[in-house]
Amino acid sequence: MRAAVVVFPGTWSDSDTVWALEKCGIEADKIWHRASDLTGYDLVVLPGGFSYGDYLRCGSIARFSPVMKAVRAHAENGGLLIGICNGFQILCEAGILPGVLMRNSSLQFRCKDTYLVSETFDSAFTSGLDKNRTYQIPMSHGEGRYVASSADLEMLEQNGQIAFRYASQSGLVGPETNPNGSVANIAGVFNSQKNVLGMMPHPERACEMLLGSEDGNRIWESVLSQS
Amino acid sequence: MEHLETFLSQVAMSKDEYARLLDMLNREPTEVELGMTGALWSEHCGYKHSKPLFHHFPTTGPHVLTEAGAENAGAIDIGNGWVVVFKIESHNHPSALEPYEGAATGVGGILRDIFAMGMRPVALLNSLRFGPLTEAHNRTLLRGVVSGIGGYGNCVGVPTVGGEIQMHTSYSGNPLVNAMCVGVGLKTSLLSAVAQGDGNPIVLVGADTGRDGIHGATFASVELDEDSASRRPAVQVGHPFLEKLLMEACVELAENHSDWIVGLQDLGAAGLTSSAVEAADRGNSGIDIDVTLVPRRAENMTAYEVMLSESQERMLVIPHRKHLSKVIEHFKSWEINATEIGVVTSDSRVTIREGDEVVASMPLSIMTNPPMYTNDTAIDPIVELLALEDLSLEPDIDPLITTDVLFDLLQSENLSSRRWVYQQYDHQVLNNTVVKPGGDAAVIRIKGLKQGLAVSTDCNGRAVYLNPEVGAALAVAEAARNVIATGARPVAVTDCLNFGNPEKKEVAYQLEKSIIGLSDASRAFDTPVISGNASLYNETPNGQIMPTPTIGMLGVISDAASRLTISPTIGDRIFLIGGTLEQSASTLAASEFQWTRTGRIAGSPSIDLKLARQTGDLVLHMHGEGLLSAAHDIGDGGITVALIEMSFASGYGFRANALNLGERLDAALFGEAPSRFLVATDKPDLVIALGDEYSIPVIELGEVEASRNFSFGPVDVDLDVAYERWDLGLKRIIEQDFVDEGNGDF
Repeated sequence: MRAAVVVFPGTWSDSDTVWALEKCGIEADKIWHRASDLTGYDLVVLPGGFSYGDYLRCGSIARFSPVMKAVRAHAENGGLLIGICNGFQILCEAGILPGVLMRNSSLQFRCKDTYLVSETFDSAFTSGLDKNRTYQIPMSHGEGRYVASSADLEMLEQNGQIAFRYASQSGLVGPETNPNGSVANIAGVFNSQKNVLGMMPHPERACEMLLGSEDGNRIWESVLSQS
Repeated sequence: MEHLETFLSQVAMSKDEYARLLDMLNREPTEVELGMTGALWSEHCGYKHSKPLFHHFPTTGPHVLTEAGAENAGAIDIGNGWVVVFKIESHNHPSALEPYEGAATGVGGILRDIFAMGMRPVALLNSLRFGPLTEAHNRTLLRGVVSGIGGYGNCVGVPTVGGEIQMHTSYSGNPLVNAMCVGVGLKTSLLSAVAQGDGNPIVLVGADTGRDGIHGATFASVELDEDSASRRPAVQVGHPFLEKLLMEACVELAENHSDWIVGLQDLGAAGLTSSAVEAADRGNSGIDIDVTLVPRRAENMTAYEVMLSESQERMLVIPHRKHLSKVIEHFKSWEINATEIGVVTSDSRVTIREGDEVVASMPLSIMTNPPMYTNDTAIDPIVELLALEDLSLEPDIDPLITTDVLFDLLQSENLSSRRWVYQQYDHQVLNNTVVKPGGDAAVIRIKGLKQGLAVSTDCNGRAVYLNPEVGAALAVAEAARNVIATGARPVAVTDCLNFGNPEKKEVAYQLEKSIIGLSDASRAFDTPVISGNASLYNETPNGQIMPTPTIGMLGVISDAASRLTISPTIGDRIFLIGGTLEQSASTLAASEFQWTRTGRIAGSPSIDLKLARQTGDLVLHMHGEGLLSAAHDIGDGGITVALIEMSFASGYGFRANALNLGERLDAALFGEAPSRFLVATDKPDLVIALGDEYSIPVIELGEVEASRNFSFGPVDVDLDVAYERWDLGLKRIIEQDFVDEGNGDF
């Protein structure tokens, strides 16, 4: 399996993502945002960072980058695509995923561990996950409050497109376990075909017990088991 | 020049200094020459009041690769071909006026110091001082500084892993913002900030040059007063996105093409002036720059403005002439402008042109040789009296109120959890952070190496105030203990000397004695002082700041995976190492207990440097033998605060043995005798045996248990109650200005 890790000017999770993918046995190449061709890649990752500084709404400029045409084509052809943090924001701005990421309800940047629960296991990203446990994966963002129209939310709920919700360590989902004010504690969503995943927390940072958790690897292992 | 006096005041040059310049030059300087010389002779660039004291510092060691002060940061060889560079620097005055941008550009500046050496920045730390948070303006400054640090550091993708914050009335109106950065890389990528080779191009890289920050170096070298707000244009504005691109481009250049270039230099205080002149000075060269070639973002800028602009996110590259086009192409591939603005010469002169007109032409050595001052020193008689106070005459505390005292300390602005601050910083990016903020020192691993780095900043200005020599030594010892408590051996120091106006005798005294104490302690720990920064003139109309020689300590741990945290496990025995439980009232001098309860500072702090070193060695030996499951430095708040912090970290309760607390309950519980650690072990016999071997006191205090109760001497508290006070203490103080909208984000 081969992954393209897209680097926009201002991306900073590219090296961390390559590190985590390679730890799980996925070959990964960094692809500069001027690239126009992503053929040959099974997985495309839009990693975290501050693309173009994110001085405007996060991801609103990166979506015009040359590479985004190829990213869209990759997804439309059924290829696996994941946007993490800033990557999730870019996918929403590009309309590849529904909804939008707003300023955290605290109005502050938040870097801390979160515990995620999943309820959808018929996707390449979550097939190996267990509905009876939580996944310790850190978040690090200022604009991660997921918001969507009521129609989109209903669609997401009904089609099982909600990939992750913020929970307590023991798996309870509620207002007190919501780190940024996201609607329905949503931490990540799929597109309708579930070949595209966007999530705010950073699975590539939860890749070694030395760093506190290796729960993020379960996502890459799920992807690998599909190939 | 028509208005010489006004002009001299703008560049903070005295009439005597001007006379010296006339004498050296044998003619009147041009406006550009005077502006450039004034900036380079300012305290901020020229260190004219502090450099004469720097000979005290131990600066060499078997692993030190740089000559102190010779490069942008100090470099240490950690073996296997790897190098660590680090430095701390102040951005105090800008942050006093414009806290967000002042702090942000402080972070930007220290990052450039590190990647100018070709190393990749891997960790940021911040040492902050504010006036009491009971004053709304100080809360505003703190909020602004914290979001500025986060705004810049989070955007560039370098983790902010540690630091400290202390509040004291003397910092009201003159906060301290000291930023430290650590970089790593292969020795083969280590660059020098030198300009050499007749005819080699001088290439300006990064942001266009504007009018921002003109006279910033001067502004940093005068006292703050009522008119300081009018100097707000001297504060620069940060552009972290450009810095990120600049950082990647420079690190890649150093890693892959270091043979293309002679030197790499950042533009900081005094902009192009200090950058080009200092680089040429290192190479015994001259420079010939045409300001019309400098890309600008403001119209009609004069040569003077171009040379003194402190626009951020700029670097100077000196490529070999034959590699110029490749270097420019390299920066272009990162979408960064690179422009040749002049050449290196062999005439040791500074030549500045504006097209055909020469606007400055003088020997470079004049600019780089500011006058050096040795100031008269005298101890402040008020301080002398305070230090002589006999604290044993004060009544001891009633055992019945010890729990209340502990709660007051735990929720105080100085001791409560700093979580409100560090959760606003990305402390994990780069996937290296092994020990996160909230413990003693932060620990990061280095990918590709077994070793890890431990880093900490420290300084208790109150102790330095009472006794500058001892206080500065205490700061070094505390920083060393923080590093040692993670299992790392301290290897080098960087310092940021924050003081008042050195032309005042009592400040000159503080400065000299602090440098002596800092140097003695650095010798005791074998930690040479390899880089640093002096920030003088930290005064407002209300007086001087507490003398604050902030210490940044670097430690190396042989195996990052073996790092210790402050979190013990159930069944562990906790030992006190390095001193007795019983303490005299003198250990309350400059303590948090004294400050929080009385709002005063008095008494005479002390330290035995030999014991400090030996105790550190003992803890490292215990760790090396695999005896320890956790360790914690005993610092601010004394042993009781340190013990309960271990319970907070682990979530487990603690039950103390029957203990001899001696005659002074306050000193035993809250005294801050130095050189002491708490360690947790499941091999108590071996810990005791090793302590005997070192002839250092090792006292068993009690056991970690699966309860939610903490008992220690007369203190007996519910851990959840205590935790809540401590955890939310700072947040409650800072956010009292806001209506809690109950968003549940704790």
